[in-house]
Amino acid sequence: MRTLIFRTAAPYLTALMLLLSIFVLLRGHNEPGGGFIGGLIAVSAFAIHGIAFGVHQVRRTMYFHPMAISGFGLLLAVLAGLVSLPAGAPLLTGLWVSPTVGGITLDLSTVLLFDIGVYLVVVGSITSIALALEGREEP
Amino acid sequence: MGTGAQSLTLLALLLPFLGAIIAPVLTRFLKHNAAWILALIPLWLFIHFAGFLETVAGGNSVSGGLDWVPSLGVRFSWYLDGLSLTFALLISGIGTLIVLYSGGYLKGHVQQGRFFSFILMFMGAMQGLVISDSFLMLFVFWELTSITSFLLIGFDHDREAARRAALQALIVTGLGGLSLLAGLLVIWGATGTQDLSTLLASGDAMRESPLYLLALVLVLGGAFTKSAQFPFHFWLPNAMQAPTPVSAYLHSATMVKAGVYLLMRLNPAFGETVAWETILPVFGGTTLIVGTHLANRHTDMNLMHAYTTVASLGLLVMLTGFGAEKAIEAAVLYLIAHSMFKGALFMVAGLIDHETGVRDIRRLGGIGRAMPLTFAAGLLAALSMGGLPLFFGFLAKEEIYAALGTGTPWATVLILVAIVGNALMFAVAFMVGLKPFIGKRGETPKKAHEGPPLLWTGPLVLGVSGMIGALLSEPAHALFSSPMASAVSGTAVEVHASTVPHIGLPLLLSLMTIALGVGFYLMQERMRDGVAGSLKAIGWGPDRGFDQAMRGLLRLSFRVTKIIQNGRLDIYLTVTFAMVALTLLLPMVIFDELPSMPDMPMLLPHEWTIVAIAVIGLGAMVYAKDRLTAIVSLGIQGLAVALLFMLFGAPDLSFTQFMIETLSVVILALVMTRLRLSPTDHRPAGEKAMDVTIAGACGLAFGLLLLKVTQIPFDDTLSQFFEAHSLAIAHGRNIVNVIIVDFRGLDTLGEIAVVMIAGLAILALIRVTTPPKQPVSAREGS
Repeated sequence: MRTLIFRTAAPYLTALMLLLSIFVLLRGHNEPGGGFIGGLIAVSAFAIHGIAFGVHQVRRTMYFHPMAISGFGLLLAVLAGLVSLPAGAPLLTGLWVSPTVGGITLDLSTVLLFDIGVYLVVVGSITSIALALEGREEP
Repeated sequence: MGTGAQSLTLLALLLPFLGAIIAPVLTRFLKHNAAWILALIPLWLFIHFAGFLETVAGGNSVSGGLDWVPSLGVRFSWYLDGLSLTFALLISGIGTLIVLYSGGYLKGHVQQGRFFSFILMFMGAMQGLVISDSFLMLFVFWELTSITSFLLIGFDHDREAARRAALQALIVTGLGGLSLLAGLLVIWGATGTQDLSTLLASGDAMRESPLYLLALVLVLGGAFTKSAQFPFHFWLPNAMQAPTPVSAYLHSATMVKAGVYLLMRLNPAFGETVAWETILPVFGGTTLIVGTHLANRHTDMNLMHAYTTVASLGLLVMLTGFGAEKAIEAAVLYLIAHSMFKGALFMVAGLIDHETGVRDIRRLGGIGRAMPLTFAAGLLAALSMGGLPLFFGFLAKEEIYAALGTGTPWATVLILVAIVGNALMFAVAFMVGLKPFIGKRGETPKKAHEGPPLLWTGPLVLGVSGMIGALLSEPAHALFSSPMASAVSGTAVEVHASTVPHIGLPLLLSLMTIALGVGFYLMQERMRDGVAGSLKAIGWGPDRGFDQAMRGLLRLSFRVTKIIQNGRLDIYLTVTFAMVALTLLLPMVIFDELPSMPDMPMLLPHEWTIVAIAVIGLGAMVYAKDRLTAIVSLGIQGLAVALLFMLFGAPDLSFTQFMIETLSVVILALVMTRLRLSPTDHRPAGEKAMDVTIAGACGLAFGLLLLKVTQIPFDDTLSQFFEAHSLAIAHGRNIVNVIIVDFRGLDTLGEIAVVMIAGLAILALIRVTTPPKQPVSAREGS
């Protein structure tokens, strides 16, 4: 698999796909996309990187253990759900704020945080599986 | 009940658990002296509950609670009448003494903090159990006492015997707990009540229900296991593996009485039926006789106490089921007396063990001079246990004989049982409360000397209160016995037994018991041999039976596991997919719900092209020579389907499908390389045909199911709702995503948790590189 063409193209592909995954994640609320799909794209990106350069390289690039990322995502999703409790709303109620930064109105919400949580869980868990399968001796 | 008292009672329920949390920290700083501070918790509980004495003695009850699950009518509620209040006072009162005692007994033990923690946890559970009103709360606390008892019996977890005893107690009482749960549910179903207070007020509702017998048997299953009735008595003597404070507290004074408590509690609703008045005395009487005989076989003080406890519980069950007011009074008096003298005797036994290093009564003698306070406590308790005048045990015994002396044949049988049982207990009482202290000084590993105050306070207080209670019998009855007996019998009852002997049948029977008891005491050696001999002849007891049953269970589960979890992936897959196909196809065929043949769809040329790609992908997969090609071909078919989704207006679905297909191919390919399979399939045609059939059936089943779904009328209520509200209240135009992260956020939370757990599980599976060792087979000859 490690042909010259593939190894040359892989970093660009990975970077582009990661960028795309974040784009898909963020636009998800209004256009097709969302945390789940975004996460899957990111996993593919890491898988390509892994096939081209080996598991060790991907683990270095990710810095954190993929399962830790997944755990953080779950924590983030739970916290995003809990935010509504002090506000007097039931668990997981979406809360929105729309600050204006430099003339652009940003719609920020706990729902977005939740979606980021979903993204991280998917990225972490599935990458972790894929990497463990790819790297035989150092799972 | 005012809100102030209400929140105080709630605090009383929670406080022991809070104490359990701080106990280890406190013990780290104060060592064994933490006992003085921790004992304040039960002491405060005692004072708090004593505050209700006046109300309850006046014939009223105290109740309170919080809503737990309002939609189901489940409440976290408590109910204090004479019965529960007396129990609560016994638990907190003896609990105070036990905490102090444990401070001295386990002085210097590395895990003393943990011990305090467990014992306080148990206290909280027991406290909750006796004052619970709602069935659910009763059950939760009931199980909690089993669990804490497990922890306490297995406290010395380094020893195999302690672990076995702990597990045995947990299994026996745990199974009983399940039986109780079923019983409570049956009661709920039969009468519609789910708390004790309404059940007690429901009159004959339960007795007249057709489910009465079922409910009774199930509840008795709980009560008899907890209160160690024959043939479930074996776990209790084994539980003496626990440190002595535990035996004194859980396995004599409080927890084992939970079963008796339950029977007494349910007496107004369940009692006075033939079944009740037959089953209880028969089991109770048998337990009494078996327990006392076994007690006389042993020479280890703790074991003797354990068996007399079993016997006493039998006596209590027998009296509760006898079905006369007097018998209830007797049971109440005996229960109070037993908690005090048995608690004291256990602690005395522990003290002797602690200071001399010996528990065998044959090796003990003449230590009374060295340990005068222990001697006093032991003697006082023994006198009460023997039922001699001036002691609370005497009141109980008088009342027992008065109750049973009705002259009917049935009562006469029971009276004989009671006399023999009591006489044997009399003998045991003096073997443990008198014999070690008098006579020739025996050889002991440690030189006997008086223990520290932490150790002798408890038994002495209990021993003395057994006397004070009898001397001041009138106020004691007014405050404890009468309200408790009223609560148990369901009508107002006044107890009058006093320590002044009345000439009559009861006194005569008492004298007979004492004479017989002295006789038994004098010929203890011969009796011991006799019982040991007959036990040898029987050979096979419930304790061995338990081991056999556990071994059988292990063997069975080992066999079942070998069949179901045989470790062959191909069998797992075959079974799973065959089941999928069957569950989908069978209902459709049986209920004649097969879809009708759809019309030929009108597709545009490019759509036909995509369908053709899918078909080509499938064909390539079927005819592929090696596995990798097949996987990739399957991916082609998946991508074509994703394209179709896109063309028919489901961009989200299509998007996801693309990613899933891509990743499936990658991961499948990786798995295939890891499995080190040969690149091509060399199996015989028969096996292949089988796989083809199952795959075909699955495909057909899903196809038919989808066709059927599209042919039934479409309910678009939900779609309309989401279309109307997605942008308006959730600020999102992408309905699918809004559903995922907002409308059905909780589902998603659950799903991502599952994704993560599945990930962890797969990771663990992949990491298993060495082949697993031989599975643990059924343990032979434990």
